[in-house]
Amino acid sequence: MAPRDPAWVLASFGWTGRSQAAYALAAPAFVLMLLMLIGPLAGVIALSFTDYQLGAPAFSWIGLSNYREMFADRVFWISLKNTLTYVAIVVPGAVALGLGVALLIQSGAGLKSWYRTVYFLPVMATLIAMAIVWEFMLHPQFGLVNGLLRAAGVQGHSWLQDRGTALYSLCVIGIWQATGFNMVLFLAGLVSIPKHLYDAAEIDGAEGAWSRFRLVTWPMLGPVTLFVVAISAIRSFQVFDTVQVLTKGGPSKSSEVLIYTMYTEGFEFFRSGYGAAVTVVFLAFVLLLTLLKSALGNREVHYA
Amino acid sequence: MAEIEIRALRKAFDGAEVLKGVDLTIHDGEFISLVGPSGCGKSTLLRVIAGLEPQSSGEVRIDGAGADGIRPSARNLAMVFQSYALYPHLSVFDNIAVPLRMKRLSALERAPFVGRLMPGRRRAERVIRDDVERVAEQLEISPLLKRKPGQLSGGQRQRVAVGRAIVRQPRAFLFDEPLSNLDAKLRVHMRAEIAQLHRQLKTTFIYVTHDQAEAMTMSGRIAVMIGGELIQVGTPAAVYEDPCDIRVAEFVGTPKINAFPGRIRSDGRLEMLGHVLHAATLAPEGECRICVRPERIELASHGLLSGTVVHLENLGSEAFVHIGSAGTDAPVVARVNDPGQLPAIGATVGYGFAPEAVRAFDADGKRIVTSVPSRVERPRGMAVV
Repeated sequence: MAPRDPAWVLASFGWTGRSQAAYALAAPAFVLMLLMLIGPLAGVIALSFTDYQLGAPAFSWIGLSNYREMFADRVFWISLKNTLTYVAIVVPGAVALGLGVALLIQSGAGLKSWYRTVYFLPVMATLIAMAIVWEFMLHPQFGLVNGLLRAAGVQGHSWLQDRGTALYSLCVIGIWQATGFNMVLFLAGLVSIPKHLYDAAEIDGAEGAWSRFRLVTWPMLGPVTLFVVAISAIRSFQVFDTVQVLTKGGPSKSSEVLIYTMYTEGFEFFRSGYGAAVTVVFLAFVLLLTLLKSALGNREVHYA
Repeated sequence: MAEIEIRALRKAFDGAEVLKGVDLTIHDGEFISLVGPSGCGKSTLLRVIAGLEPQSSGEVRIDGAGADGIRPSARNLAMVFQSYALYPHLSVFDNIAVPLRMKRLSALERAPFVGRLMPGRRRAERVIRDDVERVAEQLEISPLLKRKPGQLSGGQRQRVAVGRAIVRQPRAFLFDEPLSNLDAKLRVHMRAEIAQLHRQLKTTFIYVTHDQAEAMTMSGRIAVMIGGELIQVGTPAAVYEDPCDIRVAEFVGTPKINAFPGRIRSDGRLEMLGHVLHAATLAPEGECRICVRPERIELASHGLLSGTVVHLENLGSEAFVHIGSAGTDAPVVARVNDPGQLPAIGATVGYGFAPEAVRAFDADGKRIVTSVPSRVERPRGMAVV
């Protein structure tokens, strides 16, 4: 066989017969993944080692300078801390409320689809538009929230303008927005719990709602809960719309979050290299969450 | 140990009546099977007894005390489900321990983390461990205690489900088609085991099944339910030999009983397919069904009825010959004890039956008492005058 024969070249790479077909079949998916996911990711990582500025004709490799600058920057640490705080509040809040609402809807007799729709509405609505609604609701003078508080005899507050409350106000909006989505996932999980397990629990003496929940519902929802927690965490890490519309990271960086920092650095100060470095940190957290989910998922919550 | 009385029990789901007035007394220590085709209400009856479903009217009394409004666990009945209903996240040990922990530990002692600090818990847990291990040994599942239900075979899960039921020493056991998910061979094996368990525990067993063979082989009495009504209750032999309704006759016994269209003549004699049978009744003249079990049909060249062999089922130890004949809708099935002497398919065979084998039912399906006049001498095997 001549060395230039293409079949011989392929064979020397182990690309023969069956495996050739296998690679050919996997190629479309692989090419798409390369173009849409791995390529851009590699691009971002590469960009984070440069001093590229948006629109600049040239750039040079500067190694870890961006990272060094970032880790020395007070704003980055505030932003990271705020993001983690946001995640730490929104995830438990949205998961617990989503589960609670799902349990209530599931146990209720009538109006099930009405309640489902109402709670799912925030998920379907554009968050930017909803953020503007929230801006009115939280307005210090004529906002609905302060109006209600005044009616109840409580002093109102400048929720979004106060350093102490801006981030927490955003958390409330985040929970409000994520609850409906989690509720739908939990409802699907609840429907798939075999009815006979509740019968067995009843026979075995789990009489109260709480012991039934502990013995059957909660463990059986394990896989769904893990998924919901992971999705909520990743979505909370991505918080941006409400920050951009309502606070712009302020007042005095009190609601600055990672994606917002990335946006301002990359698209307002045109420091694309630095923005890419912030993005890499964000990606590292998302990757960590994903790995955590699959590691836990395989061991802890699938019982079969 | 409990006597369970069911009085005029009715149950309706959204207007559809599933139980239409059931009366049944289940004696202390008895093994009774509720058997019937699917949708006959037998599982609903079991769930009402267990307290999982409230009745629409009527009463369930356990040991003389009304059970209305008493929670399932407080009735102290154990139930084994068709799907086993094991908790998939708990080990076999924990599955069996659930009813004990629920009964013996307070809510605070059961709580995670905090429970470990409660003073009485260690001692209670030790007793529970002993009880679970004793039951596991009895059912020969001790090596499986650390496994999860997902890692067990169907038969092992079945045993764990039984273990969870017997560990609390209930007053009665309720079985809801517990063997339906097992393969045929294991089912026969578990049948013997459950019957053995009943002899050992001497507790009341209520066993729901749609498989009449299970009911016949295991229980002391069987209760045949059809269409939400209890049609007949009796020993397996009595129900088989002396069915009070054509639906019972057709449901119990495989292959199904042969049913011929017949008539009661004005002189009380039974007539079928143009032959007058050597059997009489006091019932009024009219249409009737004349039924004969396959093992009572005899193939004989001089048999007065005849037909063509359409199908043969040779089971090795016995064989069934399906005979198509004019005047009957379904082929007549006859059992042949010696499969070595089977007619060929397509052959014409004669057959007959003794007059004692006749079970006659009126147009409403109710049993008609028949008698065989003894004064006339007839050759055996011929029911026809």
